Amino acid sequence: MAEIHLNKVHKSYGADEVLHGVDWHIRDGEFVVIVGPSGCGKSTLLRMIAGLEGISQGEISIGERVVNDLEPAERDIAMVFQNYALYPHMSVYNNMAYGLKIKGIAKDEIEKRVNRTAEILEIRDYLKRSPRQLSGGQRQRVAMGRAIVREPSVFLFDEPLSNLDAKLRVQMRLEIKKLQERLGITSVYVTHDQVEAMTLGHRLMVLNGGYVEQLGTPIELYERPATAFVAGFIGSPSMNFLDAKISEDGKKAVFPGGDALDLPGDLAKHANHRVTVGMRPEHLQVDEGKSETTSQTVQVVEHLGADTLVHGTFGSGNSDLIVRLKGIRTIGKGEVLPLAIDPRNIHVFDPDSGKRLDS
Amino acid sequence: MVEHRPIVTFVSHLVLIFGVAIIAFPIWITFVASTHEAARMVQIPLPLLPGDQFFKNLELTLFKGLEGAGAPPVGFMMVNSLVMALMIAVGKIAISLISAFAIVYFKFPFRMGFFWMIFITLMLPVEVRILPTFEVVANLGMLNTYWGLSIPLIASATATFMFRQVFLTIPDELLEAARIDGAGPMRFFVDILIPLSRTNIAALFVILFIYGWNQYLWPLLVTTDQSMYTVVMGIKQMLEAAEQSPDWHQIMMTSLLAMLPPVFVVVFMQRLFVRGLTETEK
Repeated sequence: MAEIHLNKVHKSYGADEVLHGVDWHIRDGEFVVIVGPSGCGKSTLLRMIAGLEGISQGEISIGERVVNDLEPAERDIAMVFQNYALYPHMSVYNNMAYGLKIKGIAKDEIEKRVNRTAEILEIRDYLKRSPRQLSGGQRQRVAMGRAIVREPSVFLFDEPLSNLDAKLRVQMRLEIKKLQERLGITSVYVTHDQVEAMTLGHRLMVLNGGYVEQLGTPIELYERPATAFVAGFIGSPSMNFLDAKISEDGKKAVFPGGDALDLPGDLAKHANHRVTVGMRPEHLQVDEGKSETTSQTVQVVEHLGADTLVHGTFGSGNSDLIVRLKGIRTIGKGEVLPLAIDPRNIHVFDPDSGKRLDS
Repeated sequence: MVEHRPIVTFVSHLVLIFGVAIIAFPIWITFVASTHEAARMVQIPLPLLPGDQFFKNLELTLFKGLEGAGAPPVGFMMVNSLVMALMIAVGKIAISLISAFAIVYFKFPFRMGFFWMIFITLMLPVEVRILPTFEVVANLGMLNTYWGLSIPLIASATATFMFRQVFLTIPDELLEAARIDGAGPMRFFVDILIPLSRTNIAALFVILFIYGWNQYLWPLLVTTDQSMYTVVMGIKQMLEAAEQSPDWHQIMMTSLLAMLPPVFVVVFMQRLFVRGLTETEK
């Protein structure tokens, strides 16, 4: 049980700075997810918390202790690796018991703890096997077992599900979430998969190129993305971005083809400025009635069963636009769909800095 | 390509039998010679079939040795050879494991410099540096000792290089997992690296044992005392029993005995040996 404080944490390799100052306070028992594209520094940050990478600048504390100069084993953490990193020559039991043995815990206590953990993860039957006799999902459980058995105050997960197939990934995702709720141990989880991030995390940190783009709950990130990057990263298929200009009175976005959409607020201070307008595919709906505000010329239709994805061009211009419609629709190529969108679901970003523009 | 034409089968068998004969015939002659009396071995033609003196010759060679040749009993020399070969094999493996561990897992100044220095010694086998090495061993007072026989042969670039390659294939995450589990460097070395390299260690042991056993030039130089003779150099000593014709029956018996331990090592460790050289899964 512990809080984690990241205080202006920097990381550089030689002259290359890969993390440009991260501040975060992770609460006790919280499940937080660090998410971003590959190479954004998310694993580096996790490994710095674990003590596997040095801290170039700033301070990390776990609980009350500043851990900058502590060895990984002294930080009271446990980590689950992407490729499991089980010791191949040891049985499952010994894999789980190894850390406890080094700590000098009594044999019968180790046995009790390993058995209890194996019970939770339903791996009791495999305790005598060696890791190479296990399937990917089972290895994943053992790796988690090795973390749990240490009874640490912080769990660190480094893309633990990315070596599993899609079905197992969904199943293990749910199990990790349940397990974390049951144990109530502060957890930091790194992934590049936004769905994993959204479903698992109480709060998320979106990293891009070593900068923190946004911190917040999944819903905050979805509803009020702070930057165009976050807006595009969260949600699938990703948000449509269109170039536009703010009208004279700041109430409309005017697109190159002449179409115009109402804005959620008054952006008069940005009047006549170029902006990027973002609209999520699921927020655009077909509207045959009067509220129709724009349209889409259909090019390709994808049927997902529950939803239909319509690819086409926006309004009278030729920018790409994806619309996600509920259920199965029969739509022909070349058709023009009348579309409507609630102005509250329109996001406006500065095209240069990518920052969200609000009234 | 699998063909089943009789002529192909015939020819390939012929070639194989020919190959086996080339290797096996001298060994057969050695065996035959070791089963006859001394007198029979100087008559022409030489016998091609075994005689009935095998156990008598065996006893004589192992426990009494060749009289007049100034050589100790062969059993004694075999013990010397065994001690030397084991010291060389174990010593080389131990030193190479530790130096590969240092080179792969520790950051220290001139790390690659040290690695290349070790690597360069590949170009300096005992035969090349034999005079200075002899000088050093003599000055350290190690002539006619097991230490003198084995230590100069222990430093090994090949084995260091091989363990380095093995360690490089071990994923970094294992090291990290061990660090999080609280294992220090030596603990990681003993609990994880060594068990993971055990098949490689076995393969290397086979190679090094035979290498050590077959040493000839070096033992010849550093041993002047009969009690330190090794069996491979002993064979040569026997031939030089000048004033009489060589006792072929005993010399061949000695050769036969000298061949056995390497054969045993290979036969018993074959499975591990092959796995050690081919296994890639970690």
